[in-house]
Amino acid sequence: MLPIIGLVAGIIIALFTPLRFPIDYSQYIAIGILAALDCVFGGIRAGLQGTFDSTVFISGFLLNTALATALTMVGDKLGVDLVLGATVAFSIRIFTNVGIIRRHILDKWFKKSLK
Amino acid sequence: MKRAREFELYVAGVCVILGILLVGQVRTQEYIGESQIPSRRLEDLSDMLRRSDAERMILEKEVEVLREQVSKVVEGEKAAETIRAELVKARMFAGISTVEGPGVIVTLNDSKRQAGPGESVELFLVHDNDILQVVNELFAAGAEAVSINGQRMVATSEVRCSGPVISVNNVRIAPPYEIHAIGNPDALDSALHMRDGILDTLRAWGIEAKVQKLPVVQVPGYKGGLYFQYAKPVSEGAQK
Repeated sequence: MLPIIGLVAGIIIALFTPLRFPIDYSQYIAIGILAALDCVFGGIRAGLQGTFDSTVFISGFLLNTALATALTMVGDKLGVDLVLGATVAFSIRIFTNVGIIRRHILDKWFKKSLK
Repeated sequence: MKRAREFELYVAGVCVILGILLVGQVRTQEYIGESQIPSRRLEDLSDMLRRSDAERMILEKEVEVLREQVSKVVEGEKAAETIRAELVKARMFAGISTVEGPGVIVTLNDSKRQAGPGESVELFLVHDNDILQVVNELFAAGAEAVSINGQRMVATSEVRCSGPVISVNNVRIAPPYEIHAIGNPDALDSALHMRDGILDTLRAWGIEAKVQKLPVVQVPGYKGGLYFQYAKPVSEGAQK
């Protein structure tokens, strides 16, 4: 429940501030969003599996975002869309994590309903 | 359950960031959509660039032409000023404009002496020839403008006997004749008073001749029409 409240809170904060990113940085923001999404689902998965570690979570979030941003920047300089690599990696992880979360929830739900 | 709450807290924190980023990015994308630049295809953009480049070239050429025109106009203004100054000088030289300056006024009147028996009356009158000689002497002494009874001496002026009167610029004038001349007053005066000069000769016949040296003499401009029936200007290149 808390993550959804956080998401809504973030959206409301942003809506009430005249926040707009420079067009040049829109690609970086996009990859940042992907990194955050990946992090959120990774965190939920870890939490559900009972393996959540705050240090790993925070460091993972920061490092993944930094790496993705760095890749985007290098790709920009080299003229190669390295951002696609980061996008694909994050997307795969998000799908994997969502899959695990789904199975976890389904398992719980089925166990409950079976009982 | 306590663990679950902890991870939820962290995830919620990242979710706040995620929410902010999402809204910001959506806004940016909307802005991009409004400005319509990235949604165009690269070809469109390059075509636009080429077109605006060509347009800019045309405008640059136009700027060049206009700048040239501006400089020409400025030059023209200078030329017009020079022409105006030249025109003033030319009008002065032609005798069209009234001028004033130091000079002399020569007054000639018929002799009051009665012609004796056997003497011709004509000898005691001021003739066109006398006036012409005076005027000639004045010009020779450096007079810059001369008028006779208000008739300015110009290039086409005549001084001619016309019965009992004299015609100057086709206007008949009668004695006393007042000749205004602008020039060095002393030079003009001494030229007229030369020994055996024109005034000596005239006075010998009893003709009243008076010369006044004045600091300011006014000589009126030529009042006749300026038209040429036969003469036409010849351009400098076509001179024979």
